[in-house]
Formats: sequence, structure tokens, C-alpha cells
Amino acid sequence: MNLRKLTKQERDRFDFAVIADWIPRNNRVLDLGCGDGSLLRYLREHKDISGYGVEIDHDSVLGCIRNNVDVIQMNIDHGLSGFEDQSFDYVVISQALQAMLATERILTEMLRVAREAVVSFPNFAYRTNREAIANGRVPVSEDLPYEWYETPNVRFFTIADFEALCDKLGIAILERRAFNNAGQLVTEDPNLDGSLAFYRLGRK
Amino acid sequence: MTSENSVGIVTPQRFRSEAPLTLKSGAVLPGFELVYETYGTLNAARSNAVLVCHALSGSHHVAGTYADNPNNLGWWDNLVGPGKPLDTQKFFVIGVNNLGGCYGSTGPLSTNPETGKRYGADFPLVTVEDWVAAQARLADALGIDTWAAVLGGSLGGMQALEWSLQFPDRIRHVVAIASAPKLSAQNIAFNEVARQAILSDPDFHGGHYAEHGVVPKRGLRLARMIGHITYLSDDQMDEKFGRRLRHDEHRFSYDVDFEVESYLRYQGDKFAGFFDANTYLATTKALDYFDPAFAYDGDLAGALARAKAEFFIASFSTDWRFSPARSREIVFALLKNRRRVAYAEIDCDAGHDSFLLDDAHYHAVLRAYLENIAV
Repeated sequence: MNLRKLTKQERDRFDFAVIADWIPRNNRVLDLGCGDGSLLRYLREHKDISGYGVEIDHDSVLGCIRNNVDVIQMNIDHGLSGFEDQSFDYVVISQALQAMLATERILTEMLRVAREAVVSFPNFAYRTNREAIANGRVPVSEDLPYEWYETPNVRFFTIADFEALCDKLGIAILERRAFNNAGQLVTEDPNLDGSLAFYRLGRK
Repeated sequence: MTSENSVGIVTPQRFRSEAPLTLKSGAVLPGFELVYETYGTLNAARSNAVLVCHALSGSHHVAGTYADNPNNLGWWDNLVGPGKPLDTQKFFVIGVNNLGGCYGSTGPLSTNPETGKRYGADFPLVTVEDWVAAQARLADALGIDTWAAVLGGSLGGMQALEWSLQFPDRIRHVVAIASAPKLSAQNIAFNEVARQAILSDPDFHGGHYAEHGVVPKRGLRLARMIGHITYLSDDQMDEKFGRRLRHDEHRFSYDVDFEVESYLRYQGDKFAGFFDANTYLATTKALDYFDPAFAYDGDLAGALARAKAEFFIASFSTDWRFSPARSREIVFALLKNRRRVAYAEIDCDAGHDSFLLDDAHYHAVLRAYLENIAV
């Protein structure tokens, strides 16, 4: 699949398909930073997956309600204390972890409330990002589409960074998929050639 | 005045239940009447009925105006009407004055059949549960087996919640805005101060003021002034009044110096002119007593286990009377029960009273939720 010419919606669908592939039918999912609820809607329509979204942005919450997605408006950075232990099969953070401050706490909490977690994020060490920095500029790419002065992202990390943090937190990496800018699966040196990374995580 | 998408001129109706009603307190009402209004049309499947529950001082007059009083606009007219968020082209909407109210339903102002005199203080205390039981009798009479939704703000939201517990099979959606699963000690404290204001008014006469031809206006006025402080946010009061002076100077007297004093006095006077003190007292007690988790050792999730409805919960960022944290208690208790729930925490600077305003985002969210309700 060539992603360069794809619309944002089509790129989203690609992400959704990767995530949906990992989550069994009829599972219960908590989607953190769920945006307008498109992923949960996709999971509901394609795999009969029920769940809740958590979102802080007002317009996104409105989008969720329009999408008939159960959304809870709250700040994930304040923790997930209202959510019971192991009350979900999966918790998902789709391209939202980089916009949250309490990274360690969120990762730990995810595996408290759910059996497994699915995390996707833009890999800051992707080849074109490295090139941008080598040229003295903050990278702007399809997976990091914001100028530095308007980005909602607050954490910039790489596949290697993320895996080191998982190790530190005692989180098991059950599966990893990295894709380049053209949407092709990268197996060799994903930290260099992977633009977007997907992880399926569990407890060690 | 009616606007373009108003329900227009409405006429209150009266429902009489002849069967006795045993109240939560154990007291029995031999029968009762409720005044109500309807907007829109009940569809053939009887699946589009929505009950709007009022809060402390509200009434059955939710939307529209009266032929003989065109300035008497329903208290939630900005929400209810053709093309409005609660769209009367889709829904058959009902507003009802609660049992014990002072707008025409059986209450302290009614004649006690046993004495031939006004009930006054002898009218039994009614609870949120009792209100809902009485509303269910009205639903029966109107042929409404199941509400598409029961909707309310503040104390009205508590009634919506109670519907899902008392009649889990008769309600498909709960819409509870700026509400709480129970009052906090601080909430009860404010209510108690308001009650003491009324109870200590020399014109109260143990609640039988009507027999003395007086009204405990001073107490009622003070109660309302206290209430109003809790309905507004600190920021909004500052914005609305600040330290603005009535006369551009300090007058070194107890007359109105600051505009906020003038506002509270005006609100208090207005309210004391028409609202019944016994109804006010009893309604604050209904608020205090409401606590579905009480019978479950404080476990709200246990109390909500009976509910079968889907929920929409909303709170307002500056509401300190029923803060967002109170709404989140409901949300997480529902989550524990795996009930469908959407929760919006709306930025609005108007405090508790925000639920009555037509904030664009608030109405958009409510509209979106109500549009998704199948009828």
C-alpha cells in the first residue's frame, strides 16, 4: 500500500486495521485519547468490539457522541484511578502517547486496567526525521505532521527508547509492527526505517 | 415572546391518580393530582416520549408560553422545541410539576381532605423516589410504557437516575446534567441554612402561615439568596458584578452598596413573592435524602446494578455545587456495571446554573446525544 497519496481518513483506516487485527472479536476495549471515536466505531462495526473512549478535547468528545461512541471526558494525565483492575481486555493508545505527559504512569496503569495493551506512536528516529535534524530542522512528516510551534506532542521518542522504557517498567513486548512512510512492514532495523510503530504489550 | 422554533402557546393539563400512594416515609396520600404540559406528538409506537424533570424551583412549564401570559416562557425553552436540541418534531416531551410542588400539583398548598384546610406543614415529606413513583402513574395514564429518555439538570438529573433504578425496564436513556449521586455534607449544610432561614421567620407559624394570613417572606428570601450564591461561580459573580457600586461611593450603611447585594435582594424578593415556603423546605429535604447507595453500604455501583438504561452524563467546569467530580462518581459506577455511558465535562463559566443556559458546545453535545436515540 502506498500511503503517500492517501487521505488522512485512509491513513486512519490503515492504523485501525493494524490494531483491529490484534484484538479478538467481542472483546472490551478502552481507547485512551480516542479522538472523535473513529477507532472504536471501526472496532464496533468490524469486530463487534465494545468499549469506551477517553478524551480531553471538547470537539473530539462531541465527535464521539455523534459517532455514538461511549466517551468519558477526562484528562488521562491525571491517571486512570476510576477504572477498575483488569476491567478491559485491551486498552489502546493510538498515536496519543506522545501527547501525554505522565508516560510511565499511563503505561503502568494501562496494564492494570486491561489484560493487554496496544500502543502506536510515530518513531522519532525514522530515517527522514533523522535527516531533518541533520539539516538543522525539527522534522515534519506524515506521522509527525505538525510544525514545532503548533504540535500537541510533548514527548518525542523512538522505537529503541520505547522498548527500553517497557523493559524498565517490566512490560512484555508481545508483538511489534513497524511501517515505513509507504505503509510497508519494516523488519530490518525498524528504528531507522519504521515511521509508525505498533506494539502489543502485556505483563511480564 | 415566542421565537421561530418555539413550541408556541401551551396549556397545562391535570392528571388525577385516585389510587393511594404510599410514600417512602410511610405516609400515605389517598390520591393526588399532577399538573403537566406536553410538547410534540406521541408516535404510534409510543416510543418517542421524553420526561423532563425539574429542579428545586422549576415547574411543569418547560417550554412555550401561555396565551394569557405571553412573557411566561418555559424554564428550559432554549432546549425544547421544534429543531432545538430536544426536538419536539421527533420527541413527545412532557414536563410535570412534582408531587409536593407549588405550581398546581398536590402539595402543601392543596386542601387536606381530612381537615378541609390547607395541608401546609402537614403535607408529608416526599422524596425523589416518591416523585418518580408519581410520575410513573402519569406515564401509565398517558399510555407511555417506556420513556425514550428521562432528562433533567441538578435535582432533575437525580430523578432521571432514580427512574433507571425504580423502573429499569421503563427507561431507555438517562440524561443527567449537573447532577450528583447524593449531596455532600457541604450541600446539606447550605440546605440547612436555607431551611433555618425559613423555620426561624416569625411569619412561619410552624408551617401553617396560611391560617395566619401571612407568608414567611423574609425566610424564603434569605433561603433563595443563599441558594443563588451556590448556583453561580466565583468567576462569574466577579464578571457580572465585581465590586461595582450602586451609587459610585461607599455610603456607610446597610442599604445596597454593591451591585451583587442588589442582585441577591432582587432574586430573593422575586422568589419569595411566588414560591411556597413549605414546598421549598420539603424539596431541600428530598435533595438531602437522595442517596441510592445508602441501602448498599455506600456502594453506588451496587445500587446502579439494577439499571438497564444507557446514560448521558454532563457536568460544568465551574459548577462547585455539583462539581464534575460528582458526575464522575456516577460515570465510574456505571462503568463498573458495564453500562453504556457518555460523559461530557463542559467548559462554561456560569457555575451550576450553566445547565439552563444555551452554551453552544453544551447544546451541540446534548443535541448529538438526543439525535442518536432511536424512536
